[in-house]
Amino acid sequence: MKINTINYELLKKPISLIYRKPGDRIFLSMAVFLGISIVLLTIVMAFVLYGESKEAITRFGVLGFPLKAVWDPAINLEFGALTFIAGTLFTSIGALVLSFVPAVAIAIFTAEYAPRWLSVIVDNLVNLIAAVPSVVVGIWGIFVFTPWMRDCVYMPFFSWSTDNFPALVPLLGNPIGFGMSTATIILALMVLPYTAALTRDAIRLVPREQREASWALGATHREVILMAVLPYSRSGILAGVILSFGRAIGETMAVAMLIGNKNTLPFTLFGPGATMPSVIINEFREAVGNIHYSSLMAVGLALFAISLIVNLLAAWISRKFAFAGGQMV
Amino acid sequence: MNCTESIKANVTSIKNNSFTIIDKDGPPLPHLRMKTENLTVKYGSTTGVRDVSITFQEKQVTALIGPSGCGKTTFLRALNRMHDLTRGTEISGKVLLDGKNIYDHKVDPVTIRRRVGMVFQKPTPFPTMSIFDNVVAGLKLVGIRNRSFLLEVCEKALIQSALFNEVKDRLKDPGASLSGGQQQRLCIARALAVNPEVLLMDEPTSSLDPQSTNRIEELIQELKNDVTIVIVTHNMQQAARVSDQTAFFYVGNLIETGKTRDIFTNPKNKQTEEYITGRFG
Amino acid sequence: MKTLRYRYILDRLFLSFLVINTIIVILPLLIMSSYVIVNGISALNLDLFTQELGSPTRAMQGQPTGLVHTMAGTLVVDIMALLFAIPVGLGTGILLSEYPDHILNPVLRIMNDTLNGMPAVLKGLLAFVLIVKPMGTFSGISGSAALAIVMLPIIARSTESALSIIPWSIREAGLALGLPRWRVVLSAIVPAARTGLITGFLIAFSRAAGEAAPLLFTSFGNNYLPKHWTGMFFGPVDTLPQRLYSLAISPYEHWHRMGWAAAIVLFGFVVISFVIAHLASGNNLQKKGNSR
Repeated sequence: MKINTINYELLKKPISLIYRKPGDRIFLSMAVFLGISIVLLTIVMAFVLYGESKEAITRFGVLGFPLKAVWDPAINLEFGALTFIAGTLFTSIGALVLSFVPAVAIAIFTAEYAPRWLSVIVDNLVNLIAAVPSVVVGIWGIFVFTPWMRDCVYMPFFSWSTDNFPALVPLLGNPIGFGMSTATIILALMVLPYTAALTRDAIRLVPREQREASWALGATHREVILMAVLPYSRSGILAGVILSFGRAIGETMAVAMLIGNKNTLPFTLFGPGATMPSVIINEFREAVGNIHYSSLMAVGLALFAISLIVNLLAAWISRKFAFAGGQMV
Repeated sequence: MNCTESIKANVTSIKNNSFTIIDKDGPPLPHLRMKTENLTVKYGSTTGVRDVSITFQEKQVTALIGPSGCGKTTFLRALNRMHDLTRGTEISGKVLLDGKNIYDHKVDPVTIRRRVGMVFQKPTPFPTMSIFDNVVAGLKLVGIRNRSFLLEVCEKALIQSALFNEVKDRLKDPGASLSGGQQQRLCIARALAVNPEVLLMDEPTSSLDPQSTNRIEELIQELKNDVTIVIVTHNMQQAARVSDQTAFFYVGNLIETGKTRDIFTNPKNKQTEEYITGRFG
Repeated sequence: MKTLRYRYILDRLFLSFLVINTIIVILPLLIMSSYVIVNGISALNLDLFTQELGSPTRAMQGQPTGLVHTMAGTLVVDIMALLFAIPVGLGTGILLSEYPDHILNPVLRIMNDTLNGMPAVLKGLLAFVLIVKPMGTFSGISGSAALAIVMLPIIARSTESALSIIPWSIREAGLALGLPRWRVVLSAIVPAARTGLITGFLIAFSRAAGEAAPLLFTSFGNNYLPKHWTGMFFGPVDTLPQRLYSLAISPYEHWHRMGWAAAIVLFGFVVISFVIAHLASGNNLQKKGNSR
């Protein structure tokens, strides 16, 4: 019979080393090497930023640089980053405050109330907002949103307060349209999808028993959400908010295009300001002299430090959740 | 020469003050394929299998029976070093394949697994491969590209696993397009294509319908002339039908082993008797 | 004591509150996209795809100008970035999912997420210091490197979740055949997960393709096509997001119009790859990512 006549000599030959343990060793060491390169990138980033900003740090001091609000690249060559740190914190926190309630609301709506088809549509639209490039938001901001805000919101409010509340005017600042409030609103729009997606992930991780226990007590849907769902997912939501904060402080282009770029404190509500990424974008290409370049790098280092803290904090809070989905939006 | 080697080996073992038993006869008995000596498998602090010594003979089917969680699958997986994948699994004792310990640190686990094949509980065809590619995966993926040879091996393996007539016209179809029973026979064919000396089967029929189960049991009977088979089963009738030797496991210990007929008609151990007569398990 | 009726009214109010918020979020997106689409399409013309930009006077004198060099540059820089990022991201994803017990993994996972959360502008600074400074010139390669750093963590994470969906038993089956681990991963697991992998690549691509910040000080920008094709790699290269920024903040009316055209091209580019990615995965990547 044919079966028994197969020549198995080919099988008797020892297979090549690469198909045995040595091959596996090489494969694993390659994967480890590639993995380590990701770890190294973050570490190298810290070292590079520190190395490049050394000149500014030694000249203005480790604390002097971030705590001083001077930015004078033209005459005295004196630099301090407080203006930009303040600008970043104001816009980012403002954006989070503005976007938090709508983001959580949309997450609850899609995860709890909306029928399947509707939640798919809304989820995808929200993801789509996250996908719109920052510069595209920026050009819309420059040519449509800013003029509209100036004519329909800032100017009327400004003239109303000059008539009725003159004390308020210095706080409002110059209503040219480009400024802190415009940047903050746009920023809120841009971080909202992250907060929403991460909140949605956190809500979907709530075990069914938790909900059913509340339903069984005769709770209404709203009470189930307030009693069982939100308390259970609060650390996930918190981590999501922190990650969104990380997004907000790093958001560069739209803010740089809309904030008006004013390098001195104090900032006013409607008036122009600046953030850490925006000053890097605006001045890096024209940095005059080493100390200006080095100071911009030092701003980058400060941004790195804040961002690192924010991310590690979020990782620590969310260590029990798998956030792959939200992170990838 | 054999003699001096064996003396040397004895001397080494005395030097190391170890209590391992050395196979005194040197070359294994012709019909003895595989044996374990004091095999213990621990994961973390729990012991899955304790101190098991058993022999598997050529042209024989050995059935491992016992209540679930008794360590029979753990034991089976130790026979072709599948535990290597799980960190924290500790294995002591020996598994001798033709007289050589497969846990010797010089031995390449990949080579061992080519000689000791395995079929799992659930059919696991490779999802993206055709039927043909599935069968010859063990050859093709280690660099054997001779197409006529591969075709021949594929045909033989499919005939051996009684699947050939059903799939001969559609070898290019995806492996996942077959029914559950066919998929399991495909996996058996895949394991046979590598021409293993020992075939381990971990409850191969537990997810199949009675008809497919029947075919696979017939298959085991046909295969045992070529391959030494060790099969884990839940089903005692199956063990009685297919096996020549039966080993009864209970909470990680090998309680009793012997000819299947003896175990089922005249068990020496009380626990074995209680299990077989259905009083527990 | 609250009556049942009162509680049901609260329930209704709560739901309307949620719906109103949802509309508030969706509305700006619709307004913005309609502006981009209307303004963009009216600014589109054939010259845009066939002519170089040139100097501002060229547009003012009514000579044909366009963004062909920008689109070519974008394709070169983005695709090269993807080619840089895929091997590293894939390797890292394989390490994370195929060797779940590896000691490096907990650290790697945190560092990967941290890198993902780092502002893109810093990735640009890194590429500037590591590549532009030693080379002495802005270059397409440095732009690709910066974008690759943006893509990397996304690819690594999505690869991990795509691979870990494949049942562990398939790996065991391969190993039991006497196949080495690498062969099982490359020939059985990776092909089985290919939809998920490609989805991840596309998401990373669409995210990086919209980034302008890292490109401003790496590939820099260029008003013309490079004289020789090597200029695409070793000289300053124009890219859509960075060009869009320059056009939008320029003082020239003509360039603003062209900015809208660039915006719709970029918007379309990014949104299409995003939509393809989500359609390909049947929008279930996230659920799978979380179900582990």
